[in-house]
Amino acid sequence: MTQVNRLQGGQIDRSQSLSFTFDGKRMTGHPGDTLASALLANGVRLMGRSFKYHRPRGVLTAGSEEPNAIVELREGARQEPNTRATTAELFDGLVARSQNRLGSLRFDLLAVNDRLSNFLTAGFYYKTFMWPAAFWEKIYEPIIRKAAGLGSLSLQDDPDVYDKGFLHCDLLIIGAGPSGLAAALTAGRAGADVILCDEDFRIGGRLNSETFAIGDASGADWAAATLAELSSLPNVRVMARTTVIGAFDHGIYGAVERTGDHLLAPKPGKPRQVLWRIYSKQALLAAGATERPIAFENNDRPGIMLASAMRSYANRFATTAGARSVIFTNNDDGHRTAADLRAKGAQVAAVVDVRDNAPHSDDFEVIKGAQVINSAGRLGLRSVTVRAADGTIRRINCEALGVSGGWNPNVHLTCHMRGRPQWDNALAAFVPGGDLPPGMQVIGAAQGDLSTAGALRSGAQAAAQALDLQTSPIDLPQAEDAPVNVTPFWYVQGASRAWLDQQNDVTVKDVKLSHQEGFRSVEHLKRYTTLGMATDQGKTSNMGGLAIMAELAGKSIPEVGTTIFRPPYTPTAIGVLAGRHRGKHFHPTRLTPSHHWAKEQGAVFVEVGNWLRAQWFPQPGETHWRQSVDREVLATRQSVGVCDVTTLGKIDVQGTDAAAFLNKVYCNGFAKLPVGKTRYGLMLREDGIAMDDGTAARLAEDHFVVTTTTANALGVYRHMEFVHQCLCPDMDVQMISTTEAWAQYAVAGPNARKLLQKIVDPAFDISNEGFPFMACGNITVCGGLRARLFRISFSGELAYEIAVPSMYGDALIRRLMDAGKEYDVTPYGTEALGVMRIEKGHAAGNELNGTTTALNLGMGRMVSTTKDSIGSVLSARSGLNQSDALNLVGLIPVNHADAVPAGAHLMNADGPVNAQHDQGYVTSAAFSPNLGHAIGLALVKNGAARMGETLRLVSPLTGVETRVTIASAHFIDPKGDRLRA
Amino acid sequence: MLINHPLLGPRDAAEFTYLGDASLIDRPDWQAPDAAQAFVEYGYMRDNPAGWHRELWFHEAGDRSWLVVTRNTLTHEISNVELARDVARARGRSK
Repeated sequence: MTQVNRLQGGQIDRSQSLSFTFDGKRMTGHPGDTLASALLANGVRLMGRSFKYHRPRGVLTAGSEEPNAIVELREGARQEPNTRATTAELFDGLVARSQNRLGSLRFDLLAVNDRLSNFLTAGFYYKTFMWPAAFWEKIYEPIIRKAAGLGSLSLQDDPDVYDKGFLHCDLLIIGAGPSGLAAALTAGRAGADVILCDEDFRIGGRLNSETFAIGDASGADWAAATLAELSSLPNVRVMARTTVIGAFDHGIYGAVERTGDHLLAPKPGKPRQVLWRIYSKQALLAAGATERPIAFENNDRPGIMLASAMRSYANRFATTAGARSVIFTNNDDGHRTAADLRAKGAQVAAVVDVRDNAPHSDDFEVIKGAQVINSAGRLGLRSVTVRAADGTIRRINCEALGVSGGWNPNVHLTCHMRGRPQWDNALAAFVPGGDLPPGMQVIGAAQGDLSTAGALRSGAQAAAQALDLQTSPIDLPQAEDAPVNVTPFWYVQGASRAWLDQQNDVTVKDVKLSHQEGFRSVEHLKRYTTLGMATDQGKTSNMGGLAIMAELAGKSIPEVGTTIFRPPYTPTAIGVLAGRHRGKHFHPTRLTPSHHWAKEQGAVFVEVGNWLRAQWFPQPGETHWRQSVDREVLATRQSVGVCDVTTLGKIDVQGTDAAAFLNKVYCNGFAKLPVGKTRYGLMLREDGIAMDDGTAARLAEDHFVVTTTTANALGVYRHMEFVHQCLCPDMDVQMISTTEAWAQYAVAGPNARKLLQKIVDPAFDISNEGFPFMACGNITVCGGLRARLFRISFSGELAYEIAVPSMYGDALIRRLMDAGKEYDVTPYGTEALGVMRIEKGHAAGNELNGTTTALNLGMGRMVSTTKDSIGSVLSARSGLNQSDALNLVGLIPVNHADAVPAGAHLMNADGPVNAQHDQGYVTSAAFSPNLGHAIGLALVKNGAARMGETLRLVSPLTGVETRVTIASAHFIDPKGDRLRA
Repeated sequence: MLINHPLLGPRDAAEFTYLGDASLIDRPDWQAPDAAQAFVEYGYMRDNPAGWHRELWFHEAGDRSWLVVTRNTLTHEISNVELARDVARARGRSK
């Protein structure tokens, strides 16, 4: 195709041609084009189908407010639906497709919806597809979803990288039109750190779309010269293609920079988009204004667009939607479009102005006091019907109609911190209210200064004020200073299929219906009709809806009010919000020092918090995880096993008050723990519920090492700092997390001591007498390496935990394995660890589940009543100490072949199975290879007094019902002889 | 949000974790005759003001200070940031 609608001039680079396709058809454009302008230049007015009625649609605007020209860009994994053709910068090789159609764009089969429009009004889906309920998910919803089209996803992973960044500045300027540029020049020359952002790829805002002079230069040339100066200043950062999407607390703004969207693919190693968090001392909002349409019958045909957009296409992009144009306006600005089109050699058939006192022109016909009441043309505008002041009807042939209903300042960011805009009668528009985000000023058209001179002036003044400058460092050039002359006019009376929200297909009729059905609040109107809820968020449509609603309710527009503006200002890719936090980078992965050794052993890993822990170590011939786990358990109990317990939280507590401090945070006593001894400790929350458990080892009078569970390491540390800083600030105690500093291994089993004696240096006596159960101490191993040894046991065996500085963890595990060969030392993972602790009846995370007290866990007597500790007072509450309180018990299946599923509930041997008769539930379960059957730990009402009783174990969801006997939770070695051996 | 740490200057709120009402500093005396009632009040009863609120923040990704931040819950304006230990001492807490 040739560029049949290309005009002269413009800011496109004709020396280069860019080839692109639209719905498979090859076309060309130039650098400086958007997809929309290139399509118009190629004579394409029809760019999409509407959301609900599948009406043919073209472009309405030339910017990010576009509701209509929504297309799918690119192919393969980079395919992106629902992008605006008006902001898509043209590049060589761009592949674009229209969307929301069944069949071709010209012959969309779903256009039948338009014929059914009498039924498909607001609330249609709510009212119609109510019954039967089962039909909704399987039948109605898929059909509606297919018909109510949005673009399609590639269903492949996004191949691009997104980044996040942080910027700081004295002055953030949002928008690089005349006011933003004047402000940036003022602040930049004054030496302030300035960031100037604009969503467009070309700096200058409306200056690029207008023919006004600034001083001796054209607006576009002045913008280019100003940009050149700003770019030369080291203290100014100009960011094109950067949309400030939200205003947040304390001068922080979010901005998305599209660094790769104007390229076929981002440069290698570079992100596609960057989400910037900008910390500003002051901010100037120079977001400009958006022209609004006027609603009339069939006002949505391709070729009908905003008059200002027509001017942008003509002046900046050197293109037009058609050879012959008509303008429909209620203000003087519309006449500029006619004049500019004439200057470009395009034909202007007439200017239809609703005002009787509209200005006269010698260059084109002005039909005063007239209205465009209808349009014709199936796939694009062919003519408009005009009703003159005297009531006569006239048909004017044209391919393009520019509509101007006045301008709305872009107040969005002024409202992101719950500010409300206020009504300005002279502009017939909302302007920023008084409650701006702190540190923000609004300049230029965004605050209602719609003339170029006014914009330049307000920009320079606001920058000087923000920076407290006594004299302005710039001389303001001469510029156009025309007053705003507008007569509010929202829609042509009598019109019903007159579109307000073209993206969501909301018409004047829908707004009237909504009012008639009682949706009187503007928030209800929005949700019932979906007005303003499309991806454009109603930038061109909300005002029209409000005005009609006000008229119906007999109120003024400010009385009706606006809906709330929320971030983001324009649609934002989820990818850029996620940044690099995707896939495995969603959270960090923590590896223990002997991870690589475990990998060499073929370990299967499991995520525990952010850690990867070895779950079991399969051996050749083992085909099921149970084989590996059973072997590891038996080998440990029969000889010796080693488990990596590095991930347990470790907190080093030091100070003369360290013992008193631990006495405060643990419910049991620590003051009298001798040096060289370790004690189990239970921490409660202040409400009496168990928070975490672990051990505290006293290495010196003023030095303890506390361990926490892996999952709670962070929370326990935070809690301990809270107790110290907020409750006991004068205690002489300091703590630091040393989880990463030490690699720690449990060495368990009858041969544990023999194994350790081979690596612990001979100076240290670790015999049963020299280093009894619960002993701890600083030792050296392997000929002088400092280490810590704790004789503690989670498995119930003779066991130790040995810690060495992290960098020696890998060497230690290899040495242990080597030294342990004669005892057939077996590495075991978290599953075997779990089996053995269940066999031993030790509580873990399943039991410390945020609902259990010390009493529930069988540790009620541990809560000291002779000292103050966190949780001690409320753990004595009567409600937590009822006679039927849950107790931790063991369960054995009556039929040893039965499983004991964790999570199953327990009922009395006879009687109903329901929640009222619930006796408790299974918290942990395992197959015990030592006992040869399944076992479980359970919390059972008054369970401690019910030993030997048979209960029914039920899981109604999975149809399980078996019989279990209550037993001691200590299945193995209940007297603890092995521990002390 | 930015929190103006008394020792470190303005820091991004992302470096902090939030706990709640600074009245958690005023932990009751465990030996008082009405201790049980006082602990219930302390543990469960919170004001939820629309306006100025003193609250505890922990500089977890920073220097591990607990801070008392005076923040307006309507505007997020922060008028004062203190070290919690100073506040605790001023309120009579010691060991």
